[in-house]
Amino acid sequence: MLDAIFFYTFAALTLGGGVLCITRRNAVHSAMWLVVSLLGVGGLYLLQRAEFLFAVQAVVYIGGIVVLFLFVIMLVNLDEAARQRQFNRQWLIGLGAVALVGAEVFYFLKAGADTLKLPPPAGSVSTDGNTERLADVLFSEYLLPFEVASLLLLVAIVGSVVMAKRRI
Amino acid sequence: MSQFYTQTDHFVLLPGLLLTLFGCATLLFDFWLVPEARYKKLLVGWLIAAEAFTGASLYRHTTYLADNGLTELVAFRGSLVMDGFSIFFNWVFLATAVIVALISYRYLEIEGEHHGEYYGLILLAQSGMFFLAAGTDLVTIFVGLELMAISFYVMVGFLRADRRSNEAAMKYLLLGAFSSGFLVYGFSVMYGMSGSTRLSDIAASFAARDPWDPIAFLALATTVVGLLFKISAVPFHMWAPDAYEGAPTTVTAFLSVGSKAASFAFLMRIFLGPLAASREVWEPILIGVAILSMTVGNLAAISQTNVKRLLAYSSISHAGYILLGLIAGNDTGLKGVAIYVLVYTFMNLGAFLVIVALRRENIIGEDVEDLAGLMHRGPGYAILMLIFMLSLAGIPPTAGFIGKYYIFLSLMQTGHYLVAVAAALYVAVAIYYYFRIVRSMFVSDVSEPTPLAASLGMRVAVAVSAGLTLAIGLYPEPFLQMAQTSLIR
Repeated sequence: MLDAIFFYTFAALTLGGGVLCITRRNAVHSAMWLVVSLLGVGGLYLLQRAEFLFAVQAVVYIGGIVVLFLFVIMLVNLDEAARQRQFNRQWLIGLGAVALVGAEVFYFLKAGADTLKLPPPAGSVSTDGNTERLADVLFSEYLLPFEVASLLLLVAIVGSVVMAKRRI
Repeated sequence: MSQFYTQTDHFVLLPGLLLTLFGCATLLFDFWLVPEARYKKLLVGWLIAAEAFTGASLYRHTTYLADNGLTELVAFRGSLVMDGFSIFFNWVFLATAVIVALISYRYLEIEGEHHGEYYGLILLAQSGMFFLAAGTDLVTIFVGLELMAISFYVMVGFLRADRRSNEAAMKYLLLGAFSSGFLVYGFSVMYGMSGSTRLSDIAASFAARDPWDPIAFLALATTVVGLLFKISAVPFHMWAPDAYEGAPTTVTAFLSVGSKAASFAFLMRIFLGPLAASREVWEPILIGVAILSMTVGNLAAISQTNVKRLLAYSSISHAGYILLGLIAGNDTGLKGVAIYVLVYTFMNLGAFLVIVALRRENIIGEDVEDLAGLMHRGPGYAILMLIFMLSLAGIPPTAGFIGKYYIFLSLMQTGHYLVAVAAALYVAVAIYYYFRIVRSMFVSDVSEPTPLAASLGMRVAVAVSAGLTLAIGLYPEPFLQMAQTSLIR
């Protein structure tokens, strides 16, 4: 019962923060609502007893990435952009399409709720040692994608330098 | 070598590892050894050296499989596989990367944006393609896909002073991220269904369910949307013409061939792996998408005046033809897909090569009118362009005919007569707009007498593409055998 209350609270934070993040006119406000949304996701991790992921979420995303966003917003002059029209006139069609897809997904999840049986977790679920188990999986099962992800970041860094610097 | 990184792991990973290391080394050497602009073309030689090592390791893969009578070798606890399929597609990526590098240096010098990062990005994009073709784990495949995509976003926007290039990069980035969102959603439902990210486990969980099971359908629908975005099939094709038109022409060539071949490798892995059991669900969807792609691609191409845009629409229609091989789904059809991808690589690259040659100082050379009278000022290029156009239209004795022949044959064998008739009708439409280019080259008067840009790399690249386009058409036997080995067992 308590779990359900927490779940719906965090889910509401995540979704509400997400919606407000993309609809606010002021970029700083958007960034702050992003913090709320990310915090909601962090809460969901905590509910799944994944403390490590919660800590990473808080430190890296909220502490690091959003602060960087705010720095960039401060450096770039966005006053001009805030005065311009930010949404195109097709939002009504967009809303209709989103409602349709949402209804479809809702229907499928509703109709398929009985068949969505998650496979039982392997072995006994221990509530402690989450961090160790994550590390185990990351460096054995998922060693290759983990390493390739660092390559992905390298390409992103090189790419942003190429795109942003006037003279390379 | 430890239990986490065994000898087998190393052997299977080798091509991707070489591409990565050479790519990173290119970034280092660029400012360390070749800081001066006029020596930058040495990096093309460096890239070819990288591809030579990669090719050697791919060749060792082939011989290893043949010597030990294996069909596949699994590494990294099922994350990566070395089989005929991945080897075949990696050869295609390798050929594409070499040809693109050969034509790039002259073009980038004219554009004034000749930087070493370009070659590094080609190699890193190719290593992303390696993981797409060889990955058998959702996470590995997805990371590979994004590695390739991010490299392409940067390359599309490489002409930083050109507004069109910036706009194309922006559109490509936004729609690419949007489609990745669909894909990840589908992947997450697949993971929820099976509790594993390995394709074989997911295939088992799909097979255990009713194909029309709502959750299975949700996973299938979202994954298919993401996949169709990546191969730019209608109705998810909107990004392709804009991205192709705005990107530097050499990158457009790489994007339309390399990225498309890699996305098809990815699509085949998913459709023939996890989704194989739900064929009755996705077959009608794919038939609709293939017919729509051929319709929109061919009809929209008729009215284009920009050659790059025209070729973008033509590549949308080719994606429709390739899908037909998957719809037929028998051995002939899958062999047809492989041979079509191979053929499409060389003929489409060839067509873009000629457009690259038309780019000179102060002349953009992308309109159909820029090709006017090409026969009189560059007869060699005009005749080669004729070969590429014949091949794209699918007329014998060029390679394009072989590709289409196997696709149509497989449709006949599996009884998809109506689809085959529709596809054959669109070939006639395609002939119309390909021959508009031919007519402009041979019949119209010269509008722009400046001679064409020709560099050594360009000559080699165009000769190789044209040679292979003709060779596959005239003597397809060795290439068919190559395609035969690429079937997923």
